[in-house]
Amino acid sequence: MFQGLSDKLQETFKRLKGKGKLKEADVNEAMREVRVALLEADVNFKVVKDFVAKVKERSIGLDVLESLSPAQQVIKIVHEEMITLMGGATGKILIASKPPTVIMLIGLQGAGKTTHAAKLANMLNKQGKHPLLVACDIYRPAAIKQLQVLGEQLKLPVFSMGQESPVEIAKASLKHANSNGQDVVIIDTAGRLHINEELMGELRDIKTAVKPHEILLVVDAMTGQDAVNVAESFHKELGLDGVILTKLDGDTRGGAALSIKAVTGCTIKFAGMGEKMDAIEPFHPDRMASRILGMGDVLTLIEKA
Amino acid sequence: MAGFFAKLKEGLTKTRQNFVEKVEQVFTGRKKIDEDLYEELEEVLIRSDVGVTTSFELVERLRKEVKQRKLSEPSELTQVLQELIAELLGEEVQLNIAEQGPSIILIVGVNGVGKTTTIGKLANRFKNEGKRVILAAGDTFRAAAIDQLEVWGERCGVEVIKQKEGADPAAVAYDAVQAAKSRNIDVVIVDTAGRLHNKVNLMEELRKVKRVIEREIPGAPQEVLLVLDATTGQNALQQAKLFQEVAGVTGIVLTKLDGTAKGGVVLGIQGETRIPVKWIGIGEGMDDLRPFVPKDFAAALFGRADEEGER
Ligand SMILES: Nc1nc2c(ncn2[C@@H]2O[C@H](COP(=O)(O)OP(=O)(O)OP(=O)(O)O)[C@@H](O)[C@H]2O)c(=O)[nH]1
Ligand SMILES: Nc1nc2c(ncn2[C@@H]2O[C@H](COP(=O)(O)OP(=O)(O)OP(=O)(O)O)[C@@H](O)[C@H]2O)c(=O)[nH]1
Ligand SMILES: [Mg+2]
Ligand SMILES: [Mg+2]
Repeated sequence: MFQGLSDKLQETFKRLKGKGKLKEADVNEAMREVRVALLEADVNFKVVKDFVAKVKERSIGLDVLESLSPAQQVIKIVHEEMITLMGGATGKILIASKPPTVIMLIGLQGAGKTTHAAKLANMLNKQGKHPLLVACDIYRPAAIKQLQVLGEQLKLPVFSMGQESPVEIAKASLKHANSNGQDVVIIDTAGRLHINEELMGELRDIKTAVKPHEILLVVDAMTGQDAVNVAESFHKELGLDGVILTKLDGDTRGGAALSIKAVTGCTIKFAGMGEKMDAIEPFHPDRMASRILGMGDVLTLIEKA
Repeated sequence: MAGFFAKLKEGLTKTRQNFVEKVEQVFTGRKKIDEDLYEELEEVLIRSDVGVTTSFELVERLRKEVKQRKLSEPSELTQVLQELIAELLGEEVQLNIAEQGPSIILIVGVNGVGKTTTIGKLANRFKNEGKRVILAAGDTFRAAAIDQLEVWGERCGVEVIKQKEGADPAAVAYDAVQAAKSRNIDVVIVDTAGRLHNKVNLMEELRKVKRVIEREIPGAPQEVLLVLDATTGQNALQQAKLFQEVAGVTGIVLTKLDGTAKGGVVLGIQGETRIPVKWIGIGEGMDDLRPFVPKDFAAALFGRADEEGER
């Protein structure tokens, strides 16, 4: 399907003989193919519309070059626009001037919050920090135990207070960190739907109580069209500082990345690449763009041209 | 017990308005059936994760029906389209349960979709039907996965067969099957670790679990249920194909339909694999599992849940 985009665009532009400028009609046809490719990669419908409009604008009137076919030129534009859209600083946690730095992970059920709380702790620990993991998921069966097991594996401390209210646990964890020399506090929260008002309220209360430096939304890279609704709601309610895109070790195209960045403007900071504790990487917009288009090789060729 | 639609409705209140309005516009807000209508309809389908190919196909079929039935009123189309979708989804399919001896249900799927929770819900259901149930803690990999299943076991009053973390999942399945045979158990539900379908060795491990079950009881496992998260986009197609190849999936459980995602991707899956959807998950509680009713799902896909009655 996706190797397809390049082929289909070649096909579309085949009629173009010799040099000249790309006409609107040619471009329109090409944009149809681009649109389908993006939708099949799970880029949100509305995002696709705006995105295609932008690419179209840049493509019309383009000089057909000797070195690149029109198809390659259009793909190059698509790729560039994607990188611009998803770009920005990545892979950094903002460390507070006065410790502890408070990080809070939020998101839908099963996205990978608990796993990534532990991965982040591990990463920061390797950078010389002393993280404290905080178990604020009092709902899911064995959620606290899950965090404890991960903490044990990493030999990092986990703060828990059983089924106490999450706001109280979060507050107490800061005190605990202060008196134990822990300079980063990572709060794991329960998975929740963005439309669950009660549970969204709980997150707001935790936020008010501990004023996190980083509120990170954890999103499954396999998410479909709904990614924008989810990200928009969490962003509106809490004000996100960044996103962690998980399960990128799968074979999903990951169009959700583009959608989320487009609607919230939040940078995607990290990519989750597996279940192991070291499977976390800074997010790379250029790789993601190639992935969404499903055409790493084609792009390398274009870049060389 | 809150009905399927009541629950969906609860979940959808925020986005529904907008969505219903859109659909209403497509079908009733215009005087004739024209190209614009078909285009907008396509949009509605794609937004529900139905996917481009299947959406195109459905709209094509609708065009044919319109011609054949000589329809001219846009308002008549909702019904026709719902029929087409329900037809694509097939009939309601019951779980396959052995006439005699234990039935083994193997639960598979990628990470975090809701396998363990679904097992808790299923166990609760079977228990309420008076069946004797045990669970097998076949996820020996994820941190506290066994503890999680045990909590569910306690909630439903069902025993959990387990080994230590890191044990061979096939060995756990073996233990559970033996226990079922010797103790006159009706249903064994086997949990497995979440695994991405593109990970070859993890898929091989799953094949082995299934082989052990097949060897111990002829005709088992009676069901291999693939759990899919309704929020998943087009990747679900890959999941369905590869899990079917490796484990011979007999049914789908579509979870998290209490969110705003529509789970339209199962339409594409139907087209390509014919695996029937058997259950839907609509929450995190023990009672939040419902049989899948194609007709109702087709209606919900269009945000028309509010017009249907309770189940
Ligand atoms: N393959 C893969 N699996 C992952 C990744 N991140 C998390 N997982 C797995 O996804 C599943 C869910 O992860 P959790 O960390 O429990 O997710 P959660 O968001 O805390 O879930 P809830 O607390 O239930 O909302 C587990 O099986 C994890 O091992 C990743 O990057 N790649
Ligand atoms: N809202 C909602 N949440 C659900 C539903 N089913 C499961 N969940 C939640 O999704 C999260 C993951 O569920 P699990 O049952 O642990 O998923 P799993 O597939 O066993 O996960 P792994 O074993 O880590 O691969 C938990 O927080 C569940 O409570 C559902 O139908 N609706
Ligand atoms: Mg968790
Ligand atoms: Mg599980």
